[in-house]
Amino acid sequence: MIRPLRPLTTFTSPPGAAAPPTGVKIAVTGLDFFYSQKQALSAITTDLQANIVTAFIGPSGCGKSTFLRTLNRMNDIIPGARVEGQILIDGHDIYHPGTDVVDLRRRVGMVFQKSNPFPKSIFENVAYGLRVNGITRNRGELEGRVEDSLKAAAIWDEVKDRLSESALMLSGGQQQRLCIARALAIQPEILLMDEPASALDPIATQRIEELIYQLKTTYTIVIVTHNMQQAARVSDRTAFFWLGRLVESGPTEQIFTSPTEKLTEDYVTGRFG
Amino acid sequence: MTAGARRLAGDRLLQTLSILVLALSLVALMTLLYDVWSDGWQRLDWRFLTSNPSRRAAAAGIYPALVGSFYVLLVTAALSLPLGIGAAVYLEEYGGGGRWARLIEINIANLAGVPSIIYGLLGLSVFVRVFGWGPSVLAGGATLALLALPVVILSTREALRTVPMSAREGSYALGATQWQTIWHQVLPSAFPGILTGLILAMSRAIGETAPLITIGALAYIDFTPTSVMSPFTVLPIQVYNWVSRPQAAFAENAAAGIIVLLVLLLTLNSVAVVLRDRIQKARA
Amino acid sequence: MTRTTRRYVEWTIERALFACAVGSVLVTAGIIGVLLFETVAFLREVPIGSFLFGTVWTPLFSDAQFGVLPLVGGTILVSAIAMAVAVPAGLLSAIYLSEYANPRVRRVVKPVLEVLAGVPTVVYGYFALLFVTPLLQTFLPSLSSFNALSPGLVMGIMILPLVSSLSEDALHAVPNGLREGAYALGATRMQAALRVVVPAALSGISASFILAMSRAIGETMIVAIAAGQQPRLTANPLVPVETMTAYIVQISMGDTPAGSIGYRTIFAVGMLLFVMTFVLNLASDWLRRRFREVYA
Repeated sequence: MIRPLRPLTTFTSPPGAAAPPTGVKIAVTGLDFFYSQKQALSAITTDLQANIVTAFIGPSGCGKSTFLRTLNRMNDIIPGARVEGQILIDGHDIYHPGTDVVDLRRRVGMVFQKSNPFPKSIFENVAYGLRVNGITRNRGELEGRVEDSLKAAAIWDEVKDRLSESALMLSGGQQQRLCIARALAIQPEILLMDEPASALDPIATQRIEELIYQLKTTYTIVIVTHNMQQAARVSDRTAFFWLGRLVESGPTEQIFTSPTEKLTEDYVTGRFG
Repeated sequence: MTAGARRLAGDRLLQTLSILVLALSLVALMTLLYDVWSDGWQRLDWRFLTSNPSRRAAAAGIYPALVGSFYVLLVTAALSLPLGIGAAVYLEEYGGGGRWARLIEINIANLAGVPSIIYGLLGLSVFVRVFGWGPSVLAGGATLALLALPVVILSTREALRTVPMSAREGSYALGATQWQTIWHQVLPSAFPGILTGLILAMSRAIGETAPLITIGALAYIDFTPTSVMSPFTVLPIQVYNWVSRPQAAFAENAAAGIIVLLVLLLTLNSVAVVLRDRIQKARA
Repeated sequence: MTRTTRRYVEWTIERALFACAVGSVLVTAGIIGVLLFETVAFLREVPIGSFLFGTVWTPLFSDAQFGVLPLVGGTILVSAIAMAVAVPAGLLSAIYLSEYANPRVRRVVKPVLEVLAGVPTVVYGYFALLFVTPLLQTFLPSLSSFNALSPGLVMGIMILPLVSSLSEDALHAVPNGLREGAYALGATRMQAALRVVVPAALSGISASFILAMSRAIGETMIVAIAAGQQPRLTANPLVPVETMTAYIVQISMGDTPAGSIGYRTIFAVGMLLFVMTFVLNLASDWLRRRFREVYA
């Protein structure tokens, strides 16, 4: 059962305002998160930088996915979920009662662990976000933006001749890139990726990683991964989570070569996890 | 006999008894169908389907009852579907376990156990008298709609529950509102299940007799209803009317009427199965 | 769509769906309200004591008497016969389906039971009056053409699938460990079923019996067709009786003017029927909930 989303007043950011090329995009202060009684995150405080890739690593159940889902308030649809603390995106509190979650999710796109294309055509999957947000009704413009998104997600060449086929006919890797295209179509500023390659074979994984590398010039990307090599390959900064706490974060190279915390070192050197 | 042999004999006995019981219920069903068929098949012809009832059994037909059943079912569907689906969507997608939602859920479970004739008394009092609709197609359809409501709600909720959370999340993540998510993702995915439930509810409604008798549907009628405000009869009431006549010839008519009713039911159920399969195949 | 319009649309839709859900509460309120209103009017003319405990039911005679016991007695007699068929047969088939049958047998048997449950009741009425009664009369010459026995037996067949499927669910819910424990002690399947599984599922099984009883009491067309229309307080299944439901049908087929005492009797009888089935449904629900708590 789903708790009603409560879109209230404004999520204020002038439409079309370009995000600053560098600097803090997301500022998190003292964030606690509860599933009913169980506390899943405690006292998370961190800044996420614009236009780079930040990776969240840690053993499963450490809260990295939960944290990711607080950034676009996806946890709102879980009954009994509760958030304390503050998350600012471009300086605006996304849990402020006046924040419109629908606007928020339009600006903060998400790709899920298991690809979840809608049981519709490839075209309709990408056009969905444009339609529900009323971005365009013009057929020509719609087609243009679908094509651009599919190109940006590096899947256009594979699907351009069969846009009206069901998205469920695609392979796992193609489905995941379609889901990325779908998220890009509404031109978010931030892209959240929850273990996007965990269900894919190495070749499909490599393509997703290349794609992430290309996308970071335009988007602020946050990726959750349980694969440390992947974090090392794709990310600029890395944050290590353990038992619902953020243990350490910093430039990826530093986290992997000279972490300050013993716990981080044990994890990245494979002593547990 | 040793204790072990006795135990095995007991085991065998229980199994034999059970199979016997199941076989007997199968035999009962077969006997029922055979009895109805052998009593009624001679009366089945085009004239039987297209004639009005008559005091002479051999000339009587079921045309007004057939048309009446059809109209009543249309009204029932038109009223119970939107209400039932709406209620189910509210409880499943919005209710969120609030106090109202719990009250409504308990209430629906109880409604499902109320004898159908009680719905007839409600229809008689409210639709026929207070609303002044008289014993009309509208009153009959509305009464059966209330009767079908719990079934529609329960089966729709069942179907909504089969839609994976990931479909909803995918939609929300693209900035869709809750209703857009329900309308574009949840309802289409749940549609085959909803449809099957609806047809099941309608096939129960088409066989209902008691509530329609209670609201005063006529037993003898020699005209077809022309509007929702017309008096009407339905197939099961026509059958009941013929069964209660002492003459054997009318019993044959009743049997023939039952065959038509059973064929209609079978058709409805097959349509449900075929539609569901076809939709599922189209999706895959 | 602007943010305000979007929010307004969402709000409106949620309210509309809520209204649909509340509609179901109105149905219950309507049922209780209507029954209460007419029953109170009825009881203003007939003292409640002589309604509930009177043994003569002649509401349409010139010296009308309103003792409902003959109708209640007829209802209970027919239902008891139905239960005598449905309980052992339903339980046996449930045990068989849950403990013995292989999947192939289940695939054949379950649809047959579903078909039995889906046959319109007027058809069962026909079957009882024109097939079962004449058949029984060849063994029981004293059986009248209208009687409690034949509709009772047929009603038993009708509610058998209900008993069987709900009991089977209850048996299924019993953890396999219990069965294995019994087998490990050398029990046969029968001993495991009767001494371990059935007792463990007893509250769930009883819930199915009670629900079946409620269904039998509320069943209308079989008795209206085959049991007769003579209210009499008897335990003899061979003579005509009238049930509460059949009485409501009898009055509805005639033309009793609205507002007359005869018209109000059907609501008073309906009220009694509603209360009886409601109590049974509650009891069944309570048992089932208790059962679920044990094995949840």
